[in-house]
Amino acid sequence: MPKRTDIKKILLIGSGPIVIGQACEFDYSGTQACKALREDGYEVILVNSNPATIMTDPTLADRTYIEPITVEMVEKIIEKERPDALLPTMGGQTALNVSVKLAEAGILDKYGVEMIGAKLPAIKKAEDRELFKLVMKKIGLEVPRSGHARCEAAAIEIAEKMDFPIIIRPSFTLGGTGGGIAYNRQEFEEMVRRGLECSPVQEILVEESIIGWKEFELEVMRDVNDNVVIICSIENFDPMGVHTGDSITVAPAQTLTDKEYQALRDASVRIIREIGVDTGGSNIQFAVNPETGKIYVIEMNPRVSRSSALASKATGFPIAKIAARLAVGYTLDEIPNDITKKTPACFEPTIDYVVVKMPRFAFQKFPNADPTLTVQMKSVGEAMAMGRSFKEAMQKALRSLETGSYGFEKIVRKTRRVHSFKPAVEEVDLIKERLKTPNAERPWYICEALRVGMHVDDIYELTKIDRWFLNNLRDITELEEGIYWQSKTGRVAPELLRKAKECGFSYRMLGALMDKDEEAVKKEAVDAGITPVFKTVDTCAAEFEAFTPYLYSTYERPFYHSADDKAQKAACEASPTERKKVIILGSGPNRIGQGIEFDYCCVHASFALKEEGVESIMVNCNPETVSTDYDTSDRLYFEPLTFEDVMAIIEKEKPLGVIVQLGGQTPLKLSVPLEKAGVRILGTSSDSIDIAEDRERFDRLLEALELRRPESGIARSADEAVRVAGSIGYPVMVRPSYVLGGRAMEIVYDEMSLMNYMSRALQVSPGHPVLIDRFLQNAIEVDVDCISDGSTVLIGGVMEHIEEAGVHSGDSACSIPPYSLDQGIIDEIRRQSILLAKALKVVGLMNVQYAVKDGAVYVLEVNPRASRTIPFVSKAIGKPLAKLATKLMLGRTLEEIGFTEEVRPAYTSVKEAVFPFIKFPGVDILLGPEMKSTGEVMGIWSDFGGAFAKAQIAAGNNLPLKGTVFISVRDEDKPPILSVAKELSDIGFKIIATGGTARYLRERGIEAEPVYKVTEGRPNIVDRIKSKGVDMVINTSFGAKSVADSYSIRRSSLEFGLPYFTTVAGAKAAAHGINAVLRGGLDVKPLQEYHNILIGQ
Amino acid sequence: MKKAILALADGTVFEGMSFGAEGERTGEVVFNTSMTGYQEVLTDPSYKGQIVVMTYCHQGNYGINEEDMESNRPWVEGFIVKEPCHYPSNWRSTESLMGYLGWHGVVGISGIDTRALTRIIREKGAMEAVISTVDADHASLVQKARASKGLVGRDIVKEVTCKKPYIWEEGLWTLWKGYRGAQQAPLEKKFKVIVYDFGIKRNILRNLVSAGCNVAVVPASAPAEDVLKAQPDGIFLSNGPGDPDAVPYARENVRKLIGKKPIFGICLGHQILSLALGGKTYKLKFGHRGGNQPVKDLKTGRVEITCQNHGFAVDLESLKGVAELTHINLNDNTVEGLAHNELPLFSVQYHPEASPGPHDSQYLFGRFVKMMEESKR
Repeated sequence: MPKRTDIKKILLIGSGPIVIGQACEFDYSGTQACKALREDGYEVILVNSNPATIMTDPTLADRTYIEPITVEMVEKIIEKERPDALLPTMGGQTALNVSVKLAEAGILDKYGVEMIGAKLPAIKKAEDRELFKLVMKKIGLEVPRSGHARCEAAAIEIAEKMDFPIIIRPSFTLGGTGGGIAYNRQEFEEMVRRGLECSPVQEILVEESIIGWKEFELEVMRDVNDNVVIICSIENFDPMGVHTGDSITVAPAQTLTDKEYQALRDASVRIIREIGVDTGGSNIQFAVNPETGKIYVIEMNPRVSRSSALASKATGFPIAKIAARLAVGYTLDEIPNDITKKTPACFEPTIDYVVVKMPRFAFQKFPNADPTLTVQMKSVGEAMAMGRSFKEAMQKALRSLETGSYGFEKIVRKTRRVHSFKPAVEEVDLIKERLKTPNAERPWYICEALRVGMHVDDIYELTKIDRWFLNNLRDITELEEGIYWQSKTGRVAPELLRKAKECGFSYRMLGALMDKDEEAVKKEAVDAGITPVFKTVDTCAAEFEAFTPYLYSTYERPFYHSADDKAQKAACEASPTERKKVIILGSGPNRIGQGIEFDYCCVHASFALKEEGVESIMVNCNPETVSTDYDTSDRLYFEPLTFEDVMAIIEKEKPLGVIVQLGGQTPLKLSVPLEKAGVRILGTSSDSIDIAEDRERFDRLLEALELRRPESGIARSADEAVRVAGSIGYPVMVRPSYVLGGRAMEIVYDEMSLMNYMSRALQVSPGHPVLIDRFLQNAIEVDVDCISDGSTVLIGGVMEHIEEAGVHSGDSACSIPPYSLDQGIIDEIRRQSILLAKALKVVGLMNVQYAVKDGAVYVLEVNPRASRTIPFVSKAIGKPLAKLATKLMLGRTLEEIGFTEEVRPAYTSVKEAVFPFIKFPGVDILLGPEMKSTGEVMGIWSDFGGAFAKAQIAAGNNLPLKGTVFISVRDEDKPPILSVAKELSDIGFKIIATGGTARYLRERGIEAEPVYKVTEGRPNIVDRIKSKGVDMVINTSFGAKSVADSYSIRRSSLEFGLPYFTTVAGAKAAAHGINAVLRGGLDVKPLQEYHNILIGQ
Repeated sequence: MKKAILALADGTVFEGMSFGAEGERTGEVVFNTSMTGYQEVLTDPSYKGQIVVMTYCHQGNYGINEEDMESNRPWVEGFIVKEPCHYPSNWRSTESLMGYLGWHGVVGISGIDTRALTRIIREKGAMEAVISTVDADHASLVQKARASKGLVGRDIVKEVTCKKPYIWEEGLWTLWKGYRGAQQAPLEKKFKVIVYDFGIKRNILRNLVSAGCNVAVVPASAPAEDVLKAQPDGIFLSNGPGDPDAVPYARENVRKLIGKKPIFGICLGHQILSLALGGKTYKLKFGHRGGNQPVKDLKTGRVEITCQNHGFAVDLESLKGVAELTHINLNDNTVEGLAHNELPLFSVQYHPEASPGPHDSQYLFGRFVKMMEESKR
């Protein structure tokens, strides 16, 4: 059936900010859908609040609304645009949920909008667990025994029919938020309460546990003719009990016979038909009993998902793109397979390699969070690796994670010199404990268990990880052992070295085993003729020719290509062209501090290279991204971003240069070793990068430029620290010298705390100095992004932070243009930025952070690379900065590319950060110098108040327009909070406050009802929050005791979904925002219209 | 570990590790892209005369079990895998792949670049090859590969067909019940079907039984007259190895059956039926072997994902006016199914019995039964 002609305009909903459970995979799927639909001639209207996405680039959709994804806002967009159809399946749970609400509220009917892809009944059948259970029963499939409860008593009644452990899953939440596994009655009751609170419909599922069963996923697609195909099967390394997003997953399924696999396939086909997903992709999860083969259906997502993004990258089959085309009426047999060109998309991909996905966690950022892996997702990103064996793919995945691991390092008694060892009793206990309780380091502990001689069967009993995986790990530890002993007693045999490389060992890891450096191991391997080859991801295991160069590295044995061959040669499929080409190094797995923003920049680099006629070669290992879509760049290498792996590509491709400044710290760290190896770094030199990163060189530069920075010093001991801090004056900002992204950074207010910090810091990393800076209290922080061709510098945007200096810039809201700074200060900041860019001879992008205090401007930090804010600034000013910067790196001037004047928008854009606190019970939500946010949203409006309000709504802080505000602030915040309280009181809010704050306000004529602190008696403020008597919370605190006292206030506000502000500046902005909404209401406007204003300016 | 060498007729030589039995075997080297189902592949008699390379890099992960055999022994001449598994893991596994191959004398080679080999076959076509653990001389091995007779014109069916007629009673079984212990539900068997065994897979027989047939299997050379004497309701022509032109006796027997009884043919059976109708077959460059081949049913417009294993195909032009095309391969538009314009005869090139592969095409057994029903009336 050809495409539908009765629909012309399609509304596509994105997934909003990056949160745990919903990351850039939906930028990938949404971008593919946008492109596919427009290629088919449809007009695409897009809504997404996340500015860091490629999909919200104004060139991708016809009309792009960077607006909050709420029913109210989307209705406004529908009213304005009158789309014919809504595609709800591309934007994760967010898009699905808002679509369901729009349909149920009758809004879609009112405006005659048809849901395509999945209709309301299908979504309901898949999402509502009771309905789902009934449907599965109808088609003869089993689900774990379970029941729904809307209150504690009902939950207990259901649980009485089951044995512990029991799983609790709240309905309609992301990534299993608020879920858990209870092993006893007490835990059960606690989890039931939390689950009910987390569910937007106050409903939980109480479920029989099938912990330890094997877990599988199938990616299914269906078209309007009822053709169904399976794109990929995935087997989880971690058995049931760990959320699939937190599991190591492997494609294809490894341990099922064809009969067993076909049983899952048959079930999947029946499920997608019965649920009634008309067209598109779905993900279906199964549990299989390892002893009997009994199958349970776990769940189905009637939309593209994180797993479908993984399956797309794992097989080369672009699920989202095809799903979009199926939604408009095409059938699978009408759509060509892009990779083979000659065969249709109606087939089931088959692969001839193994794919391993590993999750990346951020527990260091949340020391109070429980690092046990459960059914609630906790990982913030993932890396994928491919190899011609599970062992190779697994070991490549380890180093793709960029957690400092290059293989299965020792993790028990790390400094031990011997390889296998006889462990002490407590070490055995530790290993056993780490095997039994799922955790991020479990694979490393499994290897340690093998090294100490634990039997695979015993490890299986503790972990329930399939013996096939465990035996593969045993192969790896046995190889290690062989290499270790051979190198100890002489030379490692070339055959063994080859075997090790085939099994994915990195040079670095081999070096550790052989007591040599990486370079020496590489030389030994190369001399023995052991070098990597590249193979193609082609959807068909080489049955047909592939036209899309999507490659991964592996080690294959050479062979004689003809009878006359004297030497053997390995078969490599890379076949580099003779064209002018550039390698772009991507940013690897998402993590806090380095996420989708950098992928956005890398994708833009690729666009720029295309426009300049240069071949683009992308290297990245994050399967969620647009950059790893095979049609983003001319060539894609899906590889770890380590020196070894990157050099292998460079040696093969011989590019004219490498771009390192767009992928965040990951590629930047490689710039010096790459340059040393003779590779040309495009844009700003690695020497300039070094000046910016080396504290002493940087100080000399600032001195020469006569720029001010907070007084600072370096300390190597506690005594020295006290001396330095004493001369600078408290409070001071302290951090270890070797970390990035705010890790372990703290603000210290007195000598006691400093001593305390120093003892911890020196313990963690003896020998590393600690940097001590004067902390500028209550200073305003400002971020500047600028672009330079080496001689001319242009300001991209000056961003004034809402939260004061001391809150990590990634966690702070900010505004373009600045909303409170004097013009004189802004001009001074511009002057300093241009001076710095020129001095560092920046070619490309540079970001500077400033603090403004008492009219003086201090430089805090310079990063001669793309910053996190580049996509935000680009969208605010209507200039694709990363793309333009790439052209400059190729030698163009700003004048040549027609960017000659700074853009100063007449409207305001506000960026707000989004946090994962709700996923980590027990973690405080106070902000500090260590970055904690996972994502961001943008609000645009004619004034600051409105833009800020939109950003808050988009971030999920639903600003109340009336009701009760709770205020409790530390003494020094009392004077500045006065105006906030007055503003709120004037527009009709009732104010309640803790004793001191209430008294202070009343003394100054503002009505405030006093309320107990938690420690003062009951009913206290937390009781008030729980009984829903509060609509907004403003709480600042200082000092350990006060912070601890007020912790429960903040935590309960979070859990009850109240908007909360932990800084005066944030509260002030919120009051402005509420005022703005009350004054005029907020309307929607597409980005393209805002940008037209700029052209007209 | 012992070395093994694979030499191709085009002169390519791979050095790898021996697994399974030691020795030397020649055959046509072909690739199979199924990611699961090596046990079914090994025991499919259609692979007689062939050395099979599995494109998926791990083989043997789930071992060998008693239930998934498609015949009573492996038939491949040789087996090529990237990484064989020493530690099978599955609740039904009773032995390892290498143990099974060793026991049955199948020579295997592992550790070689199977993807490079697959690309060679794709580009140059399926060709003769030799695997050896006894001869280390490359030139001599290449010579042996070149001297190997190949499949064209060779009757291999006679090597795999049953020696004597037999009755088959086992139907399809469900995985978790197993078929050995479980009682077969008494099936209403309405139709008597005689099955020509050109190298049949057990799952075809099971499908016929479950569709309601009384199944009697006869050797490939059984005379048509004897078959008709038994007064069957329908005749089934099975899959099998090699060149359809090399079994003229089968063609002649089928010719005598056409018009007398409803006939359903699969794979080689489909080709023999086409030849009997006066059609022609030709050899494909490298054939179709795997579980992901898309086939479109031209009547319904629906696409089924099919299991395939064939190196020859029917030339549609040669049957113009006699039979109509019912199924087509979407990858290369080759003939996948035919039906006679008037008579109750139909056949498919692919394997509706799956095993290994998807179950999308099981409906064809029902179609056969319906055809018998109609012609009885």
